Amino acid sequence: MSATLESLAQRFRRCPVTGLQVNRDSELLIQANAVVAVVAMLVGALAAIGLVLTRWQAVHLLPADQYYRYLTAHGLNMLIFWVIFFEMAVLYFAGPVVLGCRQPAPTLAWGAFALMVVGAGMVDWMVFTGNADVLFTSYPPLRAHPNYYLGVILFAVGALIAVSLFFASLVVAKKEKTYSGSVPLVTFGATTAAIIAVITLLHGAAVYIPTWLWSMDIGNIDPEVYRMVWWGLGHSSQQINVAAMVSVWYLLGGLTVGGVVLNEKVSRMAFVLYVLFISMASAHHLLVDPGMGSAWKIWNTSYAMYLAVLASMVHGFTVPAGIETGQRLRGYTNGLFEWLRKAPWSDPGFSGMWLSLVIFGFMGGITGVTLGTEQINIMAHNTLRVPGHFHTTVVGGTTLAFMAVTYYVLPLIFRKRVAFWGMARLQPFVFGGGIVAMALGMIFMGILGMPRRHWDSSFAGSPFPVELPPASELVQVLFGVGGLLAAVGALMFIAIAVVTVFFGKPVTEEAIKAGASGIPQGVLKLPAQVHTGEVAERQHREGVKGTVVLVAIFFVCFIVYYFTNWKMLSFLWKVG
Amino acid sequence: MSTHEFHSAVVPPQGIWWSPAGKQEKTWIAIAFVWCLVLFAMMPFWHFKGGQNPSGIRYRVTPEAYEARVARFVQEYQVGEEGGMPMVAPPPGADVYLVGRQWQWYPALKLKKGVQYTLHLSSADVNHGFSLYPVNLNFQVIPGYDYGLRVVPNRSGDFRIICNEFCGIGHHLMVGKVLVED
Repeated sequence: MSATLESLAQRFRRCPVTGLQVNRDSELLIQANAVVAVVAMLVGALAAIGLVLTRWQAVHLLPADQYYRYLTAHGLNMLIFWVIFFEMAVLYFAGPVVLGCRQPAPTLAWGAFALMVVGAGMVDWMVFTGNADVLFTSYPPLRAHPNYYLGVILFAVGALIAVSLFFASLVVAKKEKTYSGSVPLVTFGATTAAIIAVITLLHGAAVYIPTWLWSMDIGNIDPEVYRMVWWGLGHSSQQINVAAMVSVWYLLGGLTVGGVVLNEKVSRMAFVLYVLFISMASAHHLLVDPGMGSAWKIWNTSYAMYLAVLASMVHGFTVPAGIETGQRLRGYTNGLFEWLRKAPWSDPGFSGMWLSLVIFGFMGGITGVTLGTEQINIMAHNTLRVPGHFHTTVVGGTTLAFMAVTYYVLPLIFRKRVAFWGMARLQPFVFGGGIVAMALGMIFMGILGMPRRHWDSSFAGSPFPVELPPASELVQVLFGVGGLLAAVGALMFIAIAVVTVFFGKPVTEEAIKAGASGIPQGVLKLPAQVHTGEVAERQHREGVKGTVVLVAIFFVCFIVYYFTNWKMLSFLWKVG
Repeated sequence: MSTHEFHSAVVPPQGIWWSPAGKQEKTWIAIAFVWCLVLFAMMPFWHFKGGQNPSGIRYRVTPEAYEARVARFVQEYQVGEEGGMPMVAPPPGADVYLVGRQWQWYPALKLKKGVQYTLHLSSADVNHGFSLYPVNLNFQVIPGYDYGLRVVPNRSGDFRIICNEFCGIGHHLMVGKVLVED
């Protein structure tokens, strides 16, 4: 017995920066999942370069079949493999590491990882051999090779096992009393992400298993029912991303500047709203479909009166307010914005997190709610406005947040100093700036009526010539340059991550004391995580003036954009 | 009385954390909630007061039956040919039948400005996307479903129908035509 205990104890180390008890199994699982996530991002980013250079009509690089093949690969590798492998790493961190407990069933966890790798490999193999030119959504009656669907199913089963091990870690930590009080907010947020993941993966099973059978000529698939259930997977999975991303915002706020939780009740309730209402968002994709009536569309697209939007608006206040409070507690109390001006902008963990927050809120959130309005969707459905929107949520938001947290995962979990530190400080700005420019280009192209998922914006060879307005060339340049800049930012990130993991110098206590390069300032000196006494009391009374100004600006932008779209809609042909 | 305690999101809160929110947070939540209700109310409101709604008349239909209906429609109202496609001019108020196929919109249409038609959309094979260009009116076209939309063209001109749902390798060739006359 004591031998078992001893061997178990040897699997823990005490993190010198955070004081957390980190177990070796979870640490290795985090590393493995993060490495595969970055490999998937590399595949997705290379595909993205081909796509940008094709849709930019002045270049028009790829032939049609390869364009659609790369588009399929880009969607799967970025939206599914990169994001979900990284989320598995987040779960192994937010469960066993944050709570300081052992990794439950490590062998099963490696089995889940293997299933996910095999599934992802099968999918990519099918796509790149031309056996699945059906795009990310694979709407029947378009049909791929059965092994394509099987690959997705294996990947999903693996993810489901990994998610259930996260729940197991909550039980283990509670039972073995590795923490006192309630789980920290980061873990709570990750728990909501995990619950949404279960909902999402069940939709995935409900749609991919029958489709797999159908691809072998067993049974029938109704194209409209497929679209509804598939988006129960497709859109809900984006809400895993939102919940995980918001958790990462809170985490990075604390690690970089000692950002605090203003009110546990408010932040947790907002997470709960995600769980309750998020899976209704399948409707966002069916607003101009023939299968459903308006009452169904209105109720579902609004997540039951926009209660999930309310949740995001709450986090949109509490996250910056927590950062403002943390900074003010550190002494940056002058005026409205000293806390923001003097934030650690040269720390990519901070700058990436803040850019993610701003891009997600101001661009992703506002455009998303607007496009998801039943009637406004008439002038946006399947135009380039849609990918313009979701590149500001899942890329400018989630991916950028995950990149930012990687700059802390590398020194804290891989225990390596971040390579190319000068480049790392610039990376979030290059990537974020590129995504913003690209998405703006896409949004304007969409407003001009240009379709998404379309190889030839000149429509050459079609029976009737299509004349594009001169402005379309200009916005294509914005799109093309932005897209290439974002690809450069992604490749910078990949180079930094790969070189750090395989060739990085170790983080030693001496290196931390000497303030060596490649160690973010929050790791060099972790800001205070708890504040009490007179300073805290005064800050509590004074509140967060800067954040109030920021959300007021946000709110005005929201109102203007939203009603401008209604005005634009009223100019269309009457339809009903 | 103990002073206020702040902690970060990685610190497990001790004791009871269910405490009242601050004034600023409460105000923002109230504003956000009212805004959410406005967002919600706008959609039913537009059904009563606005001119653009995706309601339509919606039926299930087999691709074969729909193709037969399109053929009848073309036979009845064909006035010419353009780009290898019959040009069809239905009378005001008529039911208009348009089908998306890999890879064409069939037939070409000639409509009158300011007149209401019921525009039926369906597909003969896979999903297609009806996108009236440059008006930017977009609807999903799904095999097995007839989507009948009452439309009123509000200006004359030579419009295109672009397919904006991926439908296979010839997707980009799928361009149709709608001529609207005064």
